[in-house]
Amino acid sequence: MTIAETSLATANPVASRKTRRPDWIGGLLAVLLGIVVVVPLIVVAIWAFAEVWRYPSLLPQEWGLRFWTATLSRPDVWTAMSLSIRLSLVVTALSALICLPAAYAFARMDFPAKNVLFLSFLASHAFPKFGLLVAIAGIFLNLGLISTFWGVVLIQLVGTLMMMIWIPVAAFQNVDRAMEEAARDAGAGPIRVFWSVSLPQAAPTIFAAVLLSFVGTFYETEGAWLIGAPEIRTMPVLMITYINNQIVVQYGAVLSVLLWIPSFVALMFTRRLVGSSSFAKGFGV
Amino acid sequence: MAQLTLKNLGKSFDGTDVIADLSLDVADGELVCLLGPSGSGKSTVLRMVGGFETPERGAILIDGEDVTEVPPEKRPTGMVFQSHALWSHMTVADNVAFGLKLRRLPKAEIRRKVTEALDLVGLGDFGNRRVWQLSGGQQQRVAIARALVLEPKILLLDEPFASLDQHLRERLREELRDIQRRLGITTLFVTHGQDEALALADRIVVLRGGEIEQAASPDRMYRAPETRFVAGFIGSMNFLACDMRGGRADHPLFPVAAVVPDGPVELAIRPEALTVSPGRSAGMSARVHRKTDYGTHLLLDIVLEDGARVKAMCPPSGAFEAGQEVRLTASQVALFRDEVKLAEVRTEAREVAHV
Ligand SMILES: Nc1ncnc2c1ncn2[C@@H]1O[C@H](COP(=O)(O)OP(=O)(O)OP(=O)(O)O)[C@@H](O)[C@H]1O
Ligand SMILES: [Mg+2]
Repeated sequence: MTIAETSLATANPVASRKTRRPDWIGGLLAVLLGIVVVVPLIVVAIWAFAEVWRYPSLLPQEWGLRFWTATLSRPDVWTAMSLSIRLSLVVTALSALICLPAAYAFARMDFPAKNVLFLSFLASHAFPKFGLLVAIAGIFLNLGLISTFWGVVLIQLVGTLMMMIWIPVAAFQNVDRAMEEAARDAGAGPIRVFWSVSLPQAAPTIFAAVLLSFVGTFYETEGAWLIGAPEIRTMPVLMITYINNQIVVQYGAVLSVLLWIPSFVALMFTRRLVGSSSFAKGFGV
Repeated sequence: MAQLTLKNLGKSFDGTDVIADLSLDVADGELVCLLGPSGSGKSTVLRMVGGFETPERGAILIDGEDVTEVPPEKRPTGMVFQSHALWSHMTVADNVAFGLKLRRLPKAEIRRKVTEALDLVGLGDFGNRRVWQLSGGQQQRVAIARALVLEPKILLLDEPFASLDQHLRERLREELRDIQRRLGITTLFVTHGQDEALALADRIVVLRGGEIEQAASPDRMYRAPETRFVAGFIGSMNFLACDMRGGRADHPLFPVAAVVPDGPVELAIRPEALTVSPGRSAGMSARVHRKTDYGTHLLLDIVLEDGARVKAMCPPSGAFEAGQEVRLTASQVALFRDEVKLAEVRTEAREVAHV
């Protein structure tokens, strides 16, 4: 869902620039999409502030912040939140560090077994994920990585690889080779060219990939739960525990709203960067 | 001040020879145009000089120093690309300053040099602009400034004005020529526009299939092409097939005499070497098919009795109408047989009507 939201947000300004005249099919699609995406969000958001809400009524009978204070006063929510943010930051940074140079190599260089290697990145996503996770968990158990911060970092890192390779490869392939050659010509070595020309030129797209992998890591549950339990409890894992223990709709709703915050911030960020036309133009988009 | 020498260069892509064996000397301060049809290997030669392609055979020398194995960032060459290749995430001034910053010059000096370079191309006030805020011609000027600011020994340009409109192209061409003269920088310029080559070059090198067809001054290239290919490629040229018999061409309109072995030849006549007058020619009738008025001159499309077409240039005052019968005389005729020029004949010693 977060992916759909993000791509929607980035696609919007482009679409509105191209088609000025109102297009009723497009409008209808927007309305349908709005209903499917927005209505459940609104319902959940209302639940977070409802104290009593019984069936036939369209709006809650009693509003209040009782469940908010109840949730926010719990220390494990705060530790989970900060842990989740730290995890996502570390995973995304590591992933960028590993994947961006690799993506550049895939896009620009010609080396033996390039295609095989490239496919192997995809293969890790073609297998049923849970089976792979269990196998990795077995290895981690021997390495003493189970239930540690770095164990979870490693497992989540694997999950981001595809997105952080695939999208940047496309981004780097779109960078004008002549620009890179011009930089060589001006006296820059290959690494300097990457840093000063290729990376900034591919930046908007790469930024989107980084955000997606941040958000994706933040909401990742399977790996976090399998490797992290019981010591490392991220926000989504905590939420699942909550919901399993006591089915009070409001707890889930409050946590959902809390969980939206990072993705919402990320979304706003993308919109500002990729959406503003001057930025897009500046990068020759 | 620098001299460029290409020695027996050879390059192939995927097993096919693109450049077979090419040697060329470019003198200090000379502007040489590489001219040729698409795919003739012009860009490949230029990119080898810039260090972006590695030749398989031969050597590239700049001031006698072998740079064949030197990577582009260490070569004393500056390149201007067709697509301008400016870095769109930097300002105009940053584009020009990039190479200077890499050389770790003091800030003040960088600023001075950038201003100088932008002034040189007439864009002194545009330093703070973004690349995409400039017009196509301005962008190409920035690209030239960016190459020149590093004071390369050799300036390389690959069809830099190809994407601009005619007027702008002519203006930038002249500006470039002025700058090049002023700096005295040795320059290799790739183009497939013969007018550009004729206007710019000290010397034109015509490439065909990766080999040098002819290298000569624009004047000689135009007036004394050595092969049929060059004759047809530079400027427009009328070719008329006929036979040589006993030292005389058997074409009824142009029975030129030349000391040439008997056999088939092609007569090559420039449109401006033809004089058109009303009346009937002796051997063969010729009729005006179409008249185009270019203001400075008229271009007549003439059909000969045997179906051949001839283009002739005449003064704008000439009163010709389509369908009118005319008489043709040629002041200069070149004879080609199988690509090779056999003879050059000046038939009449009189003023040619130049425009
Ligand atoms: N990187 C490459 N890989 C394979 N073949 C190439 C490569 N670069 C050039 N060629 C081939 O080499 C030949 C010469 O190309 P080149 O670009 O030098 O031509 P050109 O004279 O510059 O043509 P144009 O006027 O179209 O730019 C062409 O047949 C082209 O297909
Ligand atoms: Mg070319």
